[in-house]
Amino acid sequence: MPVSPEKPSTLSTVEILSQGMVINVGPQHPSTHGVLRLILTLDGEQILQCEPVIGYLHRGLEKMMERRPYRHNIPFTDRLDYLAALSNNLGICQCIERLGGVEVPERAKYIRVLLMELQRIASHLVFLGTFGTDLGATTMFLYAFREREMVLDLLEECTGARLTYNWIRVGGVPDDLPEGFGEKVLAFVKLFRERIEEYDQLLTRNRIFRSRTQGIGVLPKEMALAYGVSGPVLRASGVAYDIRKVDPYEVYDRVEFEVPVFDRGDVWARYLVRMEELRQSLRIIEQVLRDMPDGPVQTKLPKIFKPPAGIAYSRVESPRGELSFMMVSDGSPNPVRVHIRAPSFVNLSVLPRLLEGAKVADLVAILGSIDVVLGEIDR
Amino acid sequence: MIGAVAPFFQQYPLLWTFVKAVVLASFTLVIPLAVIWVERKVAGFIQSRLGPLHVGPQGTLQTVADALKLLLKEDIVPAGADKRFFYIAPYIAFISTVLSFMVLPFAPGWVALEMNVAVLFVIGVSLFNVVSILMAGWSSNNKYSLLGGLRAVAQLLSYEIPMVLSVLAVVFYTGSLSLTGIIEYQVKHGWNIWHPPIMIAALIYFICALAEINRTPFDLPEAESELVSGFNTEYSGMRFAFFFASEFANNFFITAFAAALFFGGWDGPVLPPMVWTFLKVFVMIFVFMWVRWTPPRLRIDQILRFAWQLLVPVSLLNLLFAIALGVK
Repeated sequence: MPVSPEKPSTLSTVEILSQGMVINVGPQHPSTHGVLRLILTLDGEQILQCEPVIGYLHRGLEKMMERRPYRHNIPFTDRLDYLAALSNNLGICQCIERLGGVEVPERAKYIRVLLMELQRIASHLVFLGTFGTDLGATTMFLYAFREREMVLDLLEECTGARLTYNWIRVGGVPDDLPEGFGEKVLAFVKLFRERIEEYDQLLTRNRIFRSRTQGIGVLPKEMALAYGVSGPVLRASGVAYDIRKVDPYEVYDRVEFEVPVFDRGDVWARYLVRMEELRQSLRIIEQVLRDMPDGPVQTKLPKIFKPPAGIAYSRVESPRGELSFMMVSDGSPNPVRVHIRAPSFVNLSVLPRLLEGAKVADLVAILGSIDVVLGEIDR
Repeated sequence: MIGAVAPFFQQYPLLWTFVKAVVLASFTLVIPLAVIWVERKVAGFIQSRLGPLHVGPQGTLQTVADALKLLLKEDIVPAGADKRFFYIAPYIAFISTVLSFMVLPFAPGWVALEMNVAVLFVIGVSLFNVVSILMAGWSSNNKYSLLGGLRAVAQLLSYEIPMVLSVLAVVFYTGSLSLTGIIEYQVKHGWNIWHPPIMIAALIYFICALAEINRTPFDLPEAESELVSGFNTEYSGMRFAFFFASEFANNFFITAFAAALFFGGWDGPVLPPMVWTFLKVFVMIFVFMWVRWTPPRLRIDQILRFAWQLLVPVSLLNLLFAIALGVK
């Protein structure tokens, strides 16, 4: 059958056999978790090559920040990693505080840590749910989102928002915790401990789930360090590196918690790290609520905030890894330069290496286990 | 009821055949509506949500509304698709399902076509389903569809073998290739499931049935998270509805077939035979759905390894076992 030039040609057997089939996954695809595009070269079900294409969500956030006074930039950070908006808020606020030498009241520090850990639970629950769906266990999605909804309700009660919280301020937090918030959080912690057990029954102890994740997408320790990956992905490769421990901020040096580390480096290990982090977050929340002192929650700052000239760098452990902000000041109300080190961006760079020789079905498992958020990759 | 109308129609064999064909085809179209509603409710129950609620009492008319919507949708054929195959693939899938319903006995005398090789016939026509999936996957001119189609063929053919072997065990055991014959044997001698070789055969059949109707953990051909929608990615409107209907009708059939082979078909105390058939079928369908909404999906190589390294040898040995015990 002759093929007219304007009509797309049908696949020929020769094409499939000779150079591998090129298949475009995304930017509209159910499992790319946002607008990520992957150009795959396949040999049957085998992936020969993977080329990630990013930039579909680029907004020029870093440049936009240079045109605004320091404190006006906090809402922008909500749109970076939109599953962990509070972590981003904290990151930029810490950076500005270091630049201007602003002290944060004790109680605000505790509130910040409490919110951070609630945020980590919410974010890891999204990972858990979508990861389950990626592997075909659709029920996990609804279970995880059921609990995430509870966290979001708590955060909504405190901050008034469910996704883009904008609730950390330079010099503290905007307002104290609402009445009876601690009891509600503790009730959630109690319930969530049981629910984690339920997840373990549904996924962790499932033979099929194990066979889909164990030994898949192995990231050796050396490669992980060479690529600069961070967060749960790095800890699953056997490196005990958590900003909360190595460079404690707020009150993380005053609470007891463990940093889960696994040596396997595969999808399974990344899953286990996050599951264990859920439990550790609950521990931190309990301690923070127990130790939280009374007092003011915000330092008074001038209306026009002009930090002295200089450079400040801050880093926080966001649910996805090491999130850093760098700001340069020349003494004017606006920053001269802002740079954001987004953990997802660095973690994604290792994806093509992990996919070499993997099966198509492993693609979603590996991508899901890296847990990227395109909002902070494209900025 | 059938006793009252049958003598009249039997004077006109052609008319009688026509009536039976129409009843069967409509049954095959109506049964998915019920099964899909049950599926949605069961899924909702398992996932701690409510499922459809608003269209009709308890959402019973939701699937009817969905079917009407699909009926009204534009019939889209992708550019570059192989039109002839793209057009007929869903109908082949549906016809193969209707054909297998033809020999299914619902109650004594309630069978459209009494066939003495019914089991063989069912195995034969169900293979057309594989053909239709491959046609759909190949003709869509979509790489996701193609991958889905290839996976489907590899999977369905691999699982067809242990399934046929386990069905053969029943055939040797009861000494009949006719479904009515197998059920009548069970009415006399007790359900097949209580006999050791058939017990194993039933277990293998259950696993293969999950694979044959593409359900988790064997739902690779349409693995949503990987292949968008697999072989039916490019289908929409009524053609998609036919694929969907045939999938759920197959779900019903494969359990009804199991009921006839292992659980005595219409056999049961107190309740009328027809009720027993449907009861058994829906209990099994519930178990299928329970499985579907619980574990994740396997990978294609794991699925094939499982079929060839475990199911095929076990079902072969089991067949020998059944022959040794069963042949009189």
